[in-house]
Parts: sequence; C-alpha cells; structure tokens
Amino acid sequence: MSAALDPVFHDKPAHRALEVEAIGVTKRFGPFVALDNVSLKIRRGTVHALLGENGAGKSTFVKCLLGYYKSDEGDFVVEGREATIARPADADALGMGMVYQHFTLVPSMTASENLVMSRSNVPGIIDWKAERRQLFNFLKNMPFLVPMDVPVGELAAGERQKTEILKQLYLNRRLIVLDEPTSTLTPQEAAEVLGLVRSLVEMGDITVVIITHKLKEVAAYADDVTVLRKGKFAGSGSAKELGPEELTAMMIGEPHAPKPVERLGGPDAEERLAIRNLKTEGELGRFGLSIDKLVVRPREIVGVAGVSGNGQKDLVEVLGGQRSPASGDVLVSGAPYHGGRDEARRLGVRVLPEEPLRNASVPKMSVVANMNLRRFDHDEKGPRRWLDLKGMNERALGMIQSYGVRTPSPEAPIAALSGGNVQRATLAREFDGEVDLLVISNPCFGLDVKAVAEVRARIVAARNAGTAVLLLSEDLDEVMELSDRIVVMHHGEIVHETPGPGADALDIGRHMVGHG
Amino acid sequence: MTIAMSSEAASKATAQPKQPAGDWGYPFRRLLEQLLVPVAALLIAATGFAIFLVFLGTSPLDFASLVWRGAFGSWFSFQNTLQRAAPLLLTALCVALPAQLGLVVIGGEGAVVLGGLAAAVIGASLSALFPPLVILAMAVSGALVGAFWIGLTGWLRAYRGINETIASLLLAYIALAVFNHLVEGPLRDPASLNKPSTLPIGEANMLGSLPGMNIHPGLVLGLVACIGFWIVIQRTSFGFAWRVTGGNLRTALLQGLPANRLIVIACALGGACAGLAGMIEVAAVHGSANASLAAGYGYAGILIAFLARQSPLGAIPMAILLGGISAAGGLVQRRLGLPDATVLVLQGFIFVSILASETIYGRFRWFQPRGTA
Repeated sequence: MSAALDPVFHDKPAHRALEVEAIGVTKRFGPFVALDNVSLKIRRGTVHALLGENGAGKSTFVKCLLGYYKSDEGDFVVEGREATIARPADADALGMGMVYQHFTLVPSMTASENLVMSRSNVPGIIDWKAERRQLFNFLKNMPFLVPMDVPVGELAAGERQKTEILKQLYLNRRLIVLDEPTSTLTPQEAAEVLGLVRSLVEMGDITVVIITHKLKEVAAYADDVTVLRKGKFAGSGSAKELGPEELTAMMIGEPHAPKPVERLGGPDAEERLAIRNLKTEGELGRFGLSIDKLVVRPREIVGVAGVSGNGQKDLVEVLGGQRSPASGDVLVSGAPYHGGRDEARRLGVRVLPEEPLRNASVPKMSVVANMNLRRFDHDEKGPRRWLDLKGMNERALGMIQSYGVRTPSPEAPIAALSGGNVQRATLAREFDGEVDLLVISNPCFGLDVKAVAEVRARIVAARNAGTAVLLLSEDLDEVMELSDRIVVMHHGEIVHETPGPGADALDIGRHMVGHG
Repeated sequence: MTIAMSSEAASKATAQPKQPAGDWGYPFRRLLEQLLVPVAALLIAATGFAIFLVFLGTSPLDFASLVWRGAFGSWFSFQNTLQRAAPLLLTALCVALPAQLGLVVIGGEGAVVLGGLAAAVIGASLSALFPPLVILAMAVSGALVGAFWIGLTGWLRAYRGINETIASLLLAYIALAVFNHLVEGPLRDPASLNKPSTLPIGEANMLGSLPGMNIHPGLVLGLVACIGFWIVIQRTSFGFAWRVTGGNLRTALLQGLPANRLIVIACALGGACAGLAGMIEVAAVHGSANASLAAGYGYAGILIAFLARQSPLGAIPMAILLGGISAAGGLVQRRLGLPDATVLVLQGFIFVSILASETIYGRFRWFQPRGTA
C-alpha cells in the first residue's frame, strides 16, 4: 500500500496485527447468562474462527470485544495490556472493527460515499476529487471490485457484503471481526475474499476473527478455532487438527450432525411450473429477466445457481406477484399465474423470498399473526370475514410446537425473534397445507448448522411428498446438495443446465460468472 | 433434534398443541405500556404548560380548575364538550383509517367542506320530501363526495406513486377553493347577504338533538363509526389485510393481498367519514353550507388521530379531551383574561409531548417479551 502518498493512512503507525486475549468474560442479560466465563486467545496475525450455534454467545462475545456491550466480568488484554473497552469508540481507537451479518451501509449513498463517510476524521468540507484519487489508489490493491458509484441499496447482497469488507480494510483496522462473511458470496467470491483476508493476515497486517457456520471455511482458512455452546467455552484448537466431526460434536453437543434427508423418487412428467419467454424491464439501466424456458416438475428440486444480482430477485418477485413481467407466460399446472391470493391458494403456490423478516413477515405484528398470513381470510371451512382468533392462536401454537420456534410469547412481535426462528416461523406458515409449488430463495441465509440441516430436510421432505421446488440460492453447496436439476442464471438469463447429481461445481462456477 | 418430516407426524403435533413455556404476561404488559405512556406524556405536557402559565403570571391551578369547569364540570359544559367532539371523531377516522396501511393523510378538511357542500345542495334540492329520506340522501351524498376526494388521494398513492401526505394537503386547498367558488358564486343563496351560503335545507330537515340532551346525533354516529372501525380493524380479515399491508407492503404483495385496492378503499372510507362530518355540521348546526364549515375540523382530526396513535378507539377519549379544551376556551378567556390562543398553546404542548412519547415504546425492558428470543 502506498502509505506515504496516502493521507488517509499516513497519520497512523505502520500497522501490525493485534493480539487479543479474553479472560473470563461474562455477560448477563437480566437472569439470562449469555456468556459464561469465556476465555480465549486470539493470536497475532491469525485467522481465528468462532464457531457455535445461534444463541451460543458468539455475537455477544464479539459485541463485548468491540464495546457494544459492557461485559459484567472478565477482561480483554490487547497487545499485552489490559484494555478498557466500554464503548465502540474505544475498540475503534484500538483498531478493532466488525463486518456485520446485517448490512450497515447507507443504502442511498454510493460505495465511495459510504467508505469516505465511515471515517471518523471526515473533514467538514469534503474534497471529493482528492478522496476519489485516494480511493482509487486504495482499490488498486484490492483483489475484488464493487461498483463504487451506484447507491449501495441497488447492489445485490453479495456486492454489499464485499463493500462492507472493503470498508473495514479502508478504515485500516488491525483486528477485523467478520460475522458470517461469505453467506452471500459465490464459491469463487468466497474463495477470493477469504483468500484476500488470508493473504492480508499472512502479511501481518491484520488479525481476523471469523464467525462462521461453514466448517469447510474453518478448515481452509482458519488457524485457530474456538467453539462456544450455550454461552460457554466448548473447546478450541488448531483448525488443521480438528475435523468436522469433532467440531460439530463440540457445537451441538451431539456426536453427529443430522443426516441429510434423501431425495426419493424421480420427477413426475407434469410441468407444475412452466415459464416461457419471460421478460422484465431492467431497472436503472440494468438487465431485466430474459428466460426462454424454465420448467419445474412435481417431486423435483430445480436449483438456480448464480452470483447474487443476476436476476434471481426479479424472478422471485415475478413469481411472488410483486413485479409484473413485460412479456411472456408463467403457467402453474397449465393455468396462467399472476400471483393473486386466490390463484396462489387454488394452485398451491408458496413463495418464500430471502431475508424473511424483511420480505415475508410483518415485523411489528405478533408471531401468531405472522403465522396466519396465509390462512386468516380462508381456512378449512372456506372464506372468512371475521377472524377466527382462537383458531389462529391454535394453529400458531401447533406450528411453534412442531417447528420448535423459540419465542418469548406467541404474542411477541416477530421482530423480537432471532433470524433462525423467524425463518422457522415463516417456513412453518408456508409449508402448512397443500403445497404444489414452492419457490424459495436463500432459505438458509444466516442460519446455524442445526437449523440449516433442518430447513434443508424440510425442503427435501416437501419434494418427496410431491411438491415442485424452485430453489434459488447463492450458496452453491446448497444448490448441489439439494437439486435434482441445476440451472445457472447470469444477467437475467438461464445460461446453463445440468442434472444435479454428479454436477461439476467448477463448471457451474464458470457459467455463473459468464464464462461458459 | 426432531424433524417432524412426515405429514402425519406434523399433523399429530398440530392436533394437540401444548402451550410452550413462555411469557404469558406479555400481552397484559403491552396493554399497560399503551396506556401508561400516553398518560405520562399528558402529565409532561401539563407540566410544560403550567410553567408557561407561571411565566404569564397565571396560576396553573386556577387554569386547571377553570378548564375542568368549562369542559367537564357540569352536565351543561360536558354537553358542550361532546358536541364539539362529535365531528372530530369522524375527521380523526379520516387520518386513522389510511394510517392502518401506513399512509399519512392530512387532507380531511377538503372532504369535510366538499361533503358538507354536497349534503347542503342535495338537502336543499330535495327539501320538500319526507325529512328522514332527505337526511339519508344528504348523508349518502356527503359520504360519497368525501370518499371520492380522499379516495383520489389513495388512488394517486397506489397507482401513481404520489406521496399521499402532500397530495391530500394540496387537494384540501383545491377543495376549499372550489367550495368558496361555488358557495360565493353559482350555488349562492341570493338571500344570504353578509355570509354567502347555499340555499337552506329547511328547518324540517335539520337534525334535532338527542332525546333529553342538547347534543346532536352526530355524536352517536361518530362513536358508532369509531367503535365499528376498531372492530373491523381488529376482528375482520379485511382489517387484518389492512394491518399486514401497513406493516410490510412487500409481504402483503407476496401474500397476494390486493394492496393497491386496499389503500384506495381505506382512504375512501376515511374520506366518507370526513364527508359525513361535513354533512352533520350542515344538517345539525348551520342548515346550509357556508364558510363556517371550514372551521378546521379536518385539521383537528389529524391531531386527534396522532394523539390516539391511529387507534379508532383511542380517538374517542382524545376527541373528548380536545373537545373539552376548546369548550373551556371561552371561559378561560373571560375569567383569566388570557387570549383565545392560550388553549391552542396547550394543544401544542400535548401534541408535541405525545409525538415525542412515540419513541418511548419499547424502551423499557419490563414491558417487553422475555425469555428465549
């Protein structure tokens, strides 16, 4: 990095990775102990993986480390000195920062603006010309690029996540916490980002704490790994020496991860979903959808692989009735489909987009209300004018029970639930009743190992019961694991199709980036 | 872990739902929060206003006792309060109903004057008919015109993406201009000299008072409308669809709810209420449409709806509170020698305090759901 030429960096010391040790850190919320006497050492210039289920205390731990929470007991020793980290500014002064799982960029501002504004020493009047020049110099050294002059809100999830990582690097952090950094990335991007992180670490520039559920990433990129379970330290060691079985056992306290459910029976002949010559208008000069033919049959999972932002969102919106196609047909069981409520009920169509809290729930309404979004106006006995409050409550309690949704009260607003539980709640709702066609997008985004296995098993079970499933996922492993047939989307078009079993990941990856 | 995979297993689990251990006190605490926060806000507003009065050299206690006497202290003053609250109940619904879908509609005044005008014109032209029929025709025409006017705002919002707040406000100005033009021009009663008015609807067609009281039946209509719409919102699938649409538009569309149509309908129903308020002012108070109709009921309705946090039920006490404050205005003016606008200052304190209290909801852990999340 051209530090001498670069005023952003030149007032800071030649940076060196940090070393941090946590000693007996405890954090309580009321009577609930979120973090119980956790000690661990993050060695200088290493990638330290933090593993654990949702609610295991990983987030609480890093929030204590970064000053968002004040730990009740215990100390952090940074660079051999006891550090008082009472607020985020303290962590910032020590050179520690975090990339969140939830995006923290200002959606209406461009990536350049977001980066510049995130600095703590932004001058009152910004010389954009100079800032741009510096940014350009900075970006030259980056092994990946994002569109810098488009409002961040218009970027796809993957691009936004990359911008977040870029921001931390731009802020010259010496210890970076990455909270599930690759959950939105393609294998190539993930390898690229983690490879970049790895190389920066090896240069001695940064120490990285990575919160992840992907054991493969731990094996490939981490030096050390610490496992938390229910707020307690469950084990640690060298990432090279601990195998997936041992790690899984530490995480869930059981020797084996749940077995994946097998796909049984072949696809039926019927064309449950048939998309023909579908086109949509692209927004703001971006490409729209252009799908000549896409068919999903009963007892079949068609996985749509692709880099995020290649039209998957548009396709889900068209199928969900949120976007009108410019031309072409969407047929469900032979009948034209537009996404109306009666149509969806009659044809058994369920669409579940990614980020269910944002896209498929009403955050302020209760868990009970949210679980009844499909059925409040039409139950087993037909259309309803008056709400059946008792029936709704019972239906929701049944779902809470059978899907193991953890909620403080059925009346609590669904926004109070954790990500995994929101996903369970929406899945319970969408799987309720006769489902003939399921369109599901990134179903496991941000879920822990156990929840992922459970969600995938439910999707496969639905398929085995005769549902046609269109699965859109940015996680290629997921697509490969679940799909009977895989199609690849690139720039709004289906560019490649291959049978699921025995598909070649690298070949698919090449089509994903448009080099078929 | 258990994965209830087979449909039999799932239905078995559904068949005997056990109540999961959880926080069963939460709904009660939520209700308590919804009551305590506005009460606290009102106390703070009263304190602020008391300090203001001390600066004016007036005793806050004298003021409070006068307001009490002027608004609620006697049956006579309470009737005055209720009389003033009646149109406010209806205009508050013009804000509260679209608010269920996340819309901020502030142009109720337009629907009030046009609804009142339509009612006056219909009433005057049918005045020879059987009075109840005339009143019904007036009510229907007032409601329809109001529904059209605010429905137009909803249509612009739903199908043309135009901000409903600005659209409704500007449409209210247009409505006032049209109203003035018609009342002072083509529809003017030549006999109305100092105060241009439309032709009178006739004494026989006026709404009388409720039996044994000096209150017009508009109060009953307002109360019925508030309670009725509260039931619609809380207990019908139609109202549930409104709440879903207001809570998350994407989700509503995904669930196939006709969100755009719901927006237009909610706005039209709100407008119908405001139009009815105008009709009642004509049929119960003025006897014709004139400038007195534009007395700011539409704007006061915004205040009440926000004070009531957009709950039709909450609008009832808030309308009575504000009706009372304005009923006491005259007494305060005479006895304490304070200007008429003093009660507006009090309203302002209340409004700001209640709006600021919005940010308090969810801040106190005690009210929140507990346990696993």
